[in-house]
Amino acid sequence: MIRRVLPHGLGRGLLTRKPGTRRGGFSLDWDGKVSEIKKKIKSILPGRSCDLLQDTSHLPPEHSDVVIVGGGVLGLSVAYWLKKLESRRGAIRVLVVERDHTYSQASTGLSVGGICQQFSLPENIQLSLFSASFLRNINEYLAVVDAPPLDLRFSPSGYLLLASEKDAAAMESNVKVQRQVGAKISLMSPDQLRNKFPWINTEGVALASYGMEDEGWFDPWCLLQGLRRKVQSLGVLFCQGEVTRFVSSSQRMLTTDDKAVVLKRIHKVHVKMDCSLEYQPVECAIVVNAAGAWSAQIAALAGIGEGPPGTLQGTKLPVEPRKRYVYVWHCPQGPGLETPLVADTSGAYFRREGLGSNYLGGRSPTEQEEPDPANLEVDHDFFQDKVWPHLALRIPAFETLKVQSAWASYYDYNTFDQNGVVGPHPLVANMYFATGFSGHGLQQAPGVGRAVAEMILKGRFQTIDLSPFLFTRFYLGEKIQENNII
Amino acid sequence: MAAPWASLRLVAPMWNGRIRGIHRLGGAVAPEGNQKKKRTILQLLTNYFYDVEALRDYLLQREMYKVHEKNRFRDKEWIRPDKYGHFSQEFWNFCVVPVEAVDASDCDINYEGLDNLLLLKELQSLSLQRCSHVDDWCLSRLYPLADSLQELSLAGCPRVSERGLACLHHLRNLRRLDISDLPAVSNPGLTQILVEEMLPNCEVVGVDWAEGLKSGPEEQPQDTASPVPA
Repeated sequence: MIRRVLPHGLGRGLLTRKPGTRRGGFSLDWDGKVSEIKKKIKSILPGRSCDLLQDTSHLPPEHSDVVIVGGGVLGLSVAYWLKKLESRRGAIRVLVVERDHTYSQASTGLSVGGICQQFSLPENIQLSLFSASFLRNINEYLAVVDAPPLDLRFSPSGYLLLASEKDAAAMESNVKVQRQVGAKISLMSPDQLRNKFPWINTEGVALASYGMEDEGWFDPWCLLQGLRRKVQSLGVLFCQGEVTRFVSSSQRMLTTDDKAVVLKRIHKVHVKMDCSLEYQPVECAIVVNAAGAWSAQIAALAGIGEGPPGTLQGTKLPVEPRKRYVYVWHCPQGPGLETPLVADTSGAYFRREGLGSNYLGGRSPTEQEEPDPANLEVDHDFFQDKVWPHLALRIPAFETLKVQSAWASYYDYNTFDQNGVVGPHPLVANMYFATGFSGHGLQQAPGVGRAVAEMILKGRFQTIDLSPFLFTRFYLGEKIQENNII
Repeated sequence: MAAPWASLRLVAPMWNGRIRGIHRLGGAVAPEGNQKKKRTILQLLTNYFYDVEALRDYLLQREMYKVHEKNRFRDKEWIRPDKYGHFSQEFWNFCVVPVEAVDASDCDINYEGLDNLLLLKELQSLSLQRCSHVDDWCLSRLYPLADSLQELSLAGCPRVSERGLACLHHLRNLRRLDISDLPAVSNPGLTQILVEEMLPNCEVVGVDWAEGLKSGPEEQPQDTASPVPA
């Protein structure tokens, strides 16, 4: 109080010297001292963590049952289902480690947000159907006391896939499988297509499949925030940091055929803090790799793939980041409100965005045209040369359009067969994968999260059997090719 | 017809009290008020066989699906529930007659409840006014009624937005669509225009498309269609 009375210009040097620097000095810094003493007393009192020496609130806990590497929609979905399916409240301690809390490069937030059931594999169709019912009832699944309900802004407009002559037979058999599993898909001839959507040029289209229900697009950011909120209310801890090391132990064992195999077990995860050398070793029982486009780095840290090629030890996780562009354009005479997400025979796709004649879309590049995934810079020439000609051919109204903006995002691309990797690694016994979905991770996240949680808690898949998606298929060479990748 | 009525008479005194009690407990449906239009054969029969009222018990099964319907059968008047919210027993005689119109206003029908309505292959008029659980997902389920549905009313549904209205384009026989008073639609005027473009044969009612447009200082509101001079 005495300090405030004195004018600021005078005598500041005398008064702001630290206590104890002048032997026998009597510091007048009462306010600072009192607040320090208050802080110390508060930290001694029960209910507060004892941080007398240093503040560790930003560090993750020292022990956690499950550490989920990656806080995107797949990681949060696994966390959610672990908490939902645990046998007793508070039985499992879960920690989600996310390197970037702004999610600036995460695939989830940058996604186009579509959900469709038009796959060729029955497991993929089942996952999408479950996700649709999850999103429909999202306010029952992710309800938090006193929080407002989530508005996913779902547009149930469906997906329209066009097939040329050579793909028509495959499309028909795919639709048969989809209908068997329970999706509502209708097949249309070019005449019916022209009737329904007069703005399509059906030259080169032999068959079209149109999803009638449970297909469309929604706001992925809302889903992510809803999952985060719910998962935090269920007691999952979050930490912003990067996983830099796994401390593991190996054991040499014999298989039933007397072959030697080295089984590894991860004991600790080193989580390094942002912009500092400080790290915390987290002792854990299970690690879930949901790191999306960077899953291969996490797998390499655990020693997956270190071995002679062609053996199980030498099989790497074949997931790599692939850059994909999405462009937003304005076309005042474009297709109307009823437009589904149209995927052309050439691979170009687009959908409406909002009420104002804006559209967004893109195209997956061929293997030779793959852009460099080192950064998220947008190549506008790609739109001019590779996307626009196909769109203008299919939709004559798109011959005049104006690109408003564009962005790039990563696919966690599985180079083996473009389908996800789910379940435990055969040699690193406590690492579980939930990654590699190559562009349809968002729409399958609820189903995959539940499957991984079931695998962790019960030891097997109970609701949807995802055994074809296990890691061992990379070693055995069993590809489960998904034909309908947009 | 005498024998079935005779058996009913035995049951009537026991059941009446219980059913009325259940309805008082359950917060009965808002009574329609005994509006009698011209008397039809049905109402005549009801007056003669007063113990027809007794067998409403199995209509409680219908209420489990949360649909209180006022239906119109072909060539007949509207069949409404009486002041207890029950239908007369003659209702069951019309099992084979196709249902033409369903008025499910103010009803708690939801996504799963629509299963019942979608079975009505000859439905011509559907009113879902002020249904609080009807949202965009429910509208995406209406396409099986495309061949017959001519009139649809969604006025006052708090959860329907323009994204749900986009999937009404399957209903190509629709002649009258009421989309007034939808609070979740972000831009009612523009939505009205887009829905009219989407359904060219349909009369879209409910929103004045000039709503929300700002008129220039010397122009009348009707002229806002033309570009405003800068």
